[in-house]
Amino acid sequence: MAEQSNAAPAGHGGHGEGSRRDFLFLAGGTLFAVGAALTAWPLINSMNPSADVLALASIEVDLTPVAVGQSLTVMWRGKPVFIRHRTETEIEEARAVPLSELRDPQTDEARTHDVSTPPVERPEMLILVGVCTHLGCIPQGQKVGQERGEYGGWFCSCHGSQYDTSGRIRKGPAPRNLAVPEYTYLSDTRVKIG
Amino acid sequence: MRLSLPKPAALLRPLGLAVVLASGLIAGGTASSLRAAETAPLPPAPPLPEVHWSFDGVFGSFDRAALQRGFQVFKEVCSTCHALSLVNFRNLTDLGYSEEEVKAFAAGYNVTDGPNDEGEMFERPAKPSDPWPSPYPNEQASRAAFGGAYPPDLSLMAKAREGGPTYIYALLTGYYEPPADMTMNDGMNYNLHFPGFQIAMPQPLTDGAVPYQDGTVATLDQEAHDVATFLMWAAEPKLEIRKQTGVKVMLFLVVLTGVLFAAKRKIWADLH
Amino acid sequence: MSAPASSNRLVKWIEHRLPIFSFMDHSLGRGYPTPRNLSYWWNFGSLAGVVLVIMIATGVLLAMQYTPHVDHAFNSVERVMRDVNSGWMLRYIHMNGASFFFIVVYIHMLRGLYYGSFKAPRELLWIMGVVILLLMMATAFMGYVLPWGQMSYWGATVITNLFSAIPWVGDSIVTWLWGGFSVDNPTLNRFFALHYLLPFIIIGVVVLHLWALHRFGSNNPLGIDAKGPQDKIPFHPYYTVKDAFGLGVFLLIFAAAVFFFPNFMGDPVNYVEANPLQTPQHIVPEWYFLPFYAMLRAITFDISIPFTGVVIIEAKLGGVIVMFASIAILAVLPWLDRSPVRSARFRPAYKWFFWIFLLDAVLLGYVGAQPPEGIWPTIGLLATLYYFLHFLVIVPLLGMLERPRPLPASISEAVLKPMEKA
Repeated sequence: MAEQSNAAPAGHGGHGEGSRRDFLFLAGGTLFAVGAALTAWPLINSMNPSADVLALASIEVDLTPVAVGQSLTVMWRGKPVFIRHRTETEIEEARAVPLSELRDPQTDEARTHDVSTPPVERPEMLILVGVCTHLGCIPQGQKVGQERGEYGGWFCSCHGSQYDTSGRIRKGPAPRNLAVPEYTYLSDTRVKIG
Repeated sequence: MRLSLPKPAALLRPLGLAVVLASGLIAGGTASSLRAAETAPLPPAPPLPEVHWSFDGVFGSFDRAALQRGFQVFKEVCSTCHALSLVNFRNLTDLGYSEEEVKAFAAGYNVTDGPNDEGEMFERPAKPSDPWPSPYPNEQASRAAFGGAYPPDLSLMAKAREGGPTYIYALLTGYYEPPADMTMNDGMNYNLHFPGFQIAMPQPLTDGAVPYQDGTVATLDQEAHDVATFLMWAAEPKLEIRKQTGVKVMLFLVVLTGVLFAAKRKIWADLH
Repeated sequence: MSAPASSNRLVKWIEHRLPIFSFMDHSLGRGYPTPRNLSYWWNFGSLAGVVLVIMIATGVLLAMQYTPHVDHAFNSVERVMRDVNSGWMLRYIHMNGASFFFIVVYIHMLRGLYYGSFKAPRELLWIMGVVILLLMMATAFMGYVLPWGQMSYWGATVITNLFSAIPWVGDSIVTWLWGGFSVDNPTLNRFFALHYLLPFIIIGVVVLHLWALHRFGSNNPLGIDAKGPQDKIPFHPYYTVKDAFGLGVFLLIFAAAVFFFPNFMGDPVNYVEANPLQTPQHIVPEWYFLPFYAMLRAITFDISIPFTGVVIIEAKLGGVIVMFASIAILAVLPWLDRSPVRSARFRPAYKWFFWIFLLDAVLLGYVGAQPPEGIWPTIGLLATLYYFLHFLVIVPLLGMLERPRPLPASISEAVLKPMEKA
């Protein structure tokens, strides 16, 4: 804002007068701006996830009921998470695929470790976010009797995307592999997702 | 602005007429609908005692040791009948417990979840994100168990009564033998601070009722004080943050207002 | 804000297409000369505007977290208090902001009454103010229902029931208001929708209020019109900085309430969830409604034709009429008070009656909080009668009979002369 001169002519104060006034305006203006920012932040932050939402930001899953060859679906942050206890054949198939054949090249090894330091590797446990990376449908393949597609993984009936036994996109319109969430193995039988 | 005004005398006649008319209508009205105040001859409620709380005042905060003792009192005595459904187990970390301790404590309670894939509701151990389960599924079940009385949810009790935590403390320590001229209703207990002096809840706390783990002597007074502190936290867990933020805000505003005052004087100086 | 002749190209580009800079300069800067002698009682208008903005900002953010359903409303508010980031602060600011909004507006109105700001040519400005007050009262009433506490529910029940007093159509109107047969979910939901809507209507009326204000400019403590430019100073920077300082003082008091006494003006019983089967011992509205509540309850007798027992106006309807009349009467004040002198500074008799009126209003407020037993109904009735006596009898009579003190020749003379003597 440009300074506005007063209606009545200002007193003929010297530099001291003028600079003291300028200082006051600067101080006042700065304080006001700082105050406005300090006030605005909590208001804006109130729209960030609240404590009860954050409390559900991670879930713990008991893996004992998931036997070899079985799949489990759990809800996490409002989305389904596919947990599959893979057979040896499925693991070998996944690891035998050359990266050049993949639209979204990722090794199977990179998709089966947790985020602890050092990472815990468990190739038989595949944990994926069950949302098709095309337009967000939930692919089939978790329940017995559902289509798994040509690659033995998951098949999305919305537009025909097909995922392999590592959850990687092999055929169809989806651009990326099924996402791997951050998870941590708390023990042999418990994993914390998120 | 008008300068010519009617003569005052000209107003008198219509004014007088209006007054007569109004009083005639009112006097001709039916009997007043004022309720006959049927006050029972109860003595007035005694004043609440003066109690000092750690969270009083501008710099008040929660005494963590008292919170933990109060939590123990609530857990071992009150929670049998009273719910605390607005408190989630995860909130207990405020009291100084670790996440592990809270997880273990929560797992000691069962909550209903479901339906599962068979369409049935099932019981499972509570998680920190669950609220403290109520001892009864609903108010009706509670009333059935207590012969019509309903132990209220205590989540907000420290804010829902005049006097707040002081009232809670006074109530818990206010049980006495009824005076000779007072007839108690069936199953009621005499309490000095409960409205009407008759309360369905029998005295819940006594000396030594709750064995404190930190060595503090568990007198009735101490237990009441501690559980009231805990209930104040349960009603307003953000109390400490509120007061701390308040201090900072006030300091900032004092500086800002001071600068603005100086600026105002400066700008107005050439006018005076 | 820049002077109209700005060398800044961007400013010129915008100004040519949307003359907003010259508008601001005209309404707040050199183009808006203001009486030089305004006291701090003139700060309360801008304060009211600031509080309105605060209420809308916190209100919109709270609305993002609130659930307007009877099964979830109370808990959603507690979720705001416990789980939403800074939610406790939003809620306490909004809750206390309502009270402070009324404090500021009541003082603003009293300033108007004392200094004759409602007199010609500012009658419409004053009436716009009365409309804003009515909208504020409706907004506050509905807002108080939303947390769905005991007082929310029972206050809503009592006040909506009043409309059944209207002859013939009263019961239909109440059913229509409720959307059912008692205050219940449909009522809560529509109150939420309207509570969100009304503040924006208030903004519209505030715009009209400010427009009317700018037509003739502010009144001043002397109540005399400015005679020339020497009586006035530009609004900016004089009154912008004075308003800013006043805002600082206001925020200090407001912050003290929000952070250290947030429940002081509230009723503890509203922290108990609404229970349609249990009425609280004392149903008391929020403090800013107490005087009107007292007037409503003051009418305990039916009005009927003498000697026939035929009731014209039953007590309940009488109370409703009196309550609304007490606000409506404000709107016609410019025509009741015909004194040619505006400011009470020069009206010694009116000054006395102003203070007595204020005492009467405070007394009415106190009566409104008491249970309707003992001496209180009588005092309430007398205080109500005096309220109307003040407006209908005293003020008109004073306007005609009072001998005012001589007015100063001009504002500058009044302001500068004592300084020359010093």
